[in-house]
Amino acid sequence: MRLEPVVSPSALASILYPAGAILVTVVIASLLVLVAGASPFTVFGLVLKGAAGSQFALMETLTRATPLIFTGLAVAVAFRARLWNIGAEAQLYAGAIITVVLGTGALPLPAVVLLPLMIAAAILAGAMLLAGPAVLKIRFGVDEVVTTLLINFIMVLFVSMLLEGVLKDPMGLGWPQSQKLIADARLPRIVTGRRLHYGFVLAILSAVVVWIVMKKTTLGFEMRAVGHNPEAARFAGIPVNRVLMKTALFSGGLAALAGFSEVAGLKGNLTLDLSPGYGYSGIVVAMLALLNPLGVVVSAIFVAGIFVGADAMSRAAGVPSYIADVMVALALLTMVVAIMLTRYRVRWR
Amino acid sequence: MTEALEILFTASFWVAAIRIASPLIFATMGELICERAGVLNLGIEGIMVVGAFAGWLTVYLGGDLWFGVLVAALAGAAFGLLHATLTVPLGLSQHVVGIGITLLATSLTYFTYRVVLPEVTSPPKIEPFLPVPIPLLSDIPVVGPALFNQTPLTYLAYVTVAVVAYVLARTPLGLAVRAAGENPSAVEAQGISVTAIRMGAVMAGSALMAIGGAFLTMSAFNSFFFEMVNGRGWICIALVVFGSWRPGKALLGAVLFAAFDAYQIRLQQLSGGVLPYQVFLMLPYVLSIAALVLVARRATYPKALMIPYQKGER
Repeated sequence: MRLEPVVSPSALASILYPAGAILVTVVIASLLVLVAGASPFTVFGLVLKGAAGSQFALMETLTRATPLIFTGLAVAVAFRARLWNIGAEAQLYAGAIITVVLGTGALPLPAVVLLPLMIAAAILAGAMLLAGPAVLKIRFGVDEVVTTLLINFIMVLFVSMLLEGVLKDPMGLGWPQSQKLIADARLPRIVTGRRLHYGFVLAILSAVVVWIVMKKTTLGFEMRAVGHNPEAARFAGIPVNRVLMKTALFSGGLAALAGFSEVAGLKGNLTLDLSPGYGYSGIVVAMLALLNPLGVVVSAIFVAGIFVGADAMSRAAGVPSYIADVMVALALLTMVVAIMLTRYRVRWR
Repeated sequence: MTEALEILFTASFWVAAIRIASPLIFATMGELICERAGVLNLGIEGIMVVGAFAGWLTVYLGGDLWFGVLVAALAGAAFGLLHATLTVPLGLSQHVVGIGITLLATSLTYFTYRVVLPEVTSPPKIEPFLPVPIPLLSDIPVVGPALFNQTPLTYLAYVTVAVVAYVLARTPLGLAVRAAGENPSAVEAQGISVTAIRMGAVMAGSALMAIGGAFLTMSAFNSFFFEMVNGRGWICIALVVFGSWRPGKALLGAVLFAAFDAYQIRLQQLSGGVLPYQVFLMLPYVLSIAALVLVARRATYPKALMIPYQKGER
C-alpha cells in the first residue's frame, strides 16, 4: 500500500470524505445504541431534538459551545505551530481561578472597568501557565505533550486545595466551592430567562481576532511556517523559539478565557466540576475545524449539540450519555482519516 | 524527622512501593516497545482504562482471573491495532491519533460500564489476585517481602521486563524493532516490512498497557471506578524518557517513582494536616516533570520516532 499526494484535491472529495466520516461515526454509534437496547432512530431523533429542537435547546447548545470555542481556538492556534498544547484544561482552570480571585469583591469596581480587567488577568494567567512548558520545550527540549498533560492533573489538585482553603466559601455548607461573584463581575445574559450569556459573543469575537492574526499578520505567517517545517522556517530567518513562545502565550490565554467565561457568564462561582473535559474536547473541536479559527465556531456548536442532545436523550431513553463522548472521539478519528484521503490517493499493490 | 526516615526501613513501605510500581512497569514496557519501533502511543492512558475495565468485567461476570488478564490484553491489542492502522500505514499524526484513542477508549469503557451496570452507585468488588509468598526468598528481611511476597501479576511484571529486555537486545526480532525506530529503510533493505514490525510492536505494547490497567482492578483496588487510571499512562510516557528507552533503566525509574509515591502517602499521614493533602498528591506529577527536565538534555530519542515510513522513500 502506498500513499501518493494529490496535487489539487477535488471539491467533491473534500465534501464527500468528511461527510463519510460523520456517517461512519453515526453508524458505529448506532450499533452501540442497539447494544444498549434502544432504537438508533429514536435515540438520534431525541439527540437532535435535545440539541436543536426548540429555542431553549438551541440556546443550551450555544451555551455549551462557548467554552469549547475558546479551548478549540487555543488548540487550533497551538497545533498550527505544532506546539502540542494538551493542557487547555489546566489553562481553563487558571482563568477561572483569577476570575474568582478578582471578582468576589476584592476589587469593588464598576463592571465596565472590572470585566476588562478580569479578562486581561485571565488571559495573563493562562498564558503564564503554558509559558512554563514552552520554556521547558525551548530551553531543555522537554516534550510539551507530557508536561501539559501532567499539569492538568496538578491544576485540578491545586483548584481542590484552593476550594478547601483560601477560596472556600464560608457559607458553602462545607462544599468545596468558591464564593459567588459580585454583580459587577458577572457577564450579563443575552436573553433574560435563558442561560446564554455574553461569553458567547466574546468567543465569536475571539474567533474573528484569531482568524485575523492567523491570516493577516506576520505572526500568523510565522506560526504557520514554524508548524509546516521548523527547519525551513529557521533557515528563512524566522526566530522559531520566539514564535513558539508567542504561540504558547496566545494559546494559553485563549484557553483561560473559557474558564473566565464559564465562571463569570454561567456558573457564577468556581467548583471542581467547572469543566467536564472542555480542554480535551477542544482538541476534537480544533481538528474537526481543520484548525481554521472560524471553523472552530461551527465545530464547537456541532460538538456541543452532541453533548447537549445526548444529555436530553439519556434522560428520555436511558442510553448512557457517554455515547456523546464516544461519538466525539469517533468523529475525531474518522475525520483525520477523511482529511488524509482528500490529500492523498491510496494505491494498493 | 527520624520518623520520616524510619519509614524507609519498614518492609510495609517497600511492599507498597513495589505494588504501586507494578502497573507502571507493565505500561512503561508497553510504551517503550512502541517508541523503540518508532511510534509514540498517546493512547496509553485510555488503553489502561480499557484494560482495567475488561479485566474486572471478565472476573465480575464469572471468569477466571488469568482469563481476565488475557481479555484485558486482547482488548488493549485491539485498540493498539486501531492506533497502528491509523499511524503506521496511513501515517496520520501520532499526537492526534493517540489522544483520539485515549478519548475513544475511555468513553467506550464508561459507556459500556453504564450499559452493563446502569443502576450501580458503588462499584461491585471482585476476588482479586492474592499475594503468593515465594518460599525462602520472601524470608529475607525488608527486601524479601517487598519483592517476593506480592501477587502473581507483580511477578509477571518482573518477567515482562526480563523478556522485553532480552528480546530487544538479543534477538533478530528485537533488532528489527530497534531498527524500525532508528533507521527504517535499513529494515526494509533486509526484506522485513517496517509496517508489520511497527504494527506488531504497537499491538504488543498496547496489550502490556492494558495488563497494567488490569493490575489496578485485579490486584490493587479490587473494583472498577471512573478516573482510576488518573494520569498513570502519562507518567509512564515520562518514565520511558527518564529510562532513556532502556527496559532496565525504565524499571528502575518506575520503582523509584513508586517509592516516592508510597513515601508521600506516608508523609501525608505523618504531617498531620500541616500541609493540605493535595500538595502531597501533586508531588508525583511534579516529580515526573522534574525528572524529564533533568534527563531531557541528554535524551536520545529513537531517531525515527514519530516519523511515518513509506516504502521506497528515504
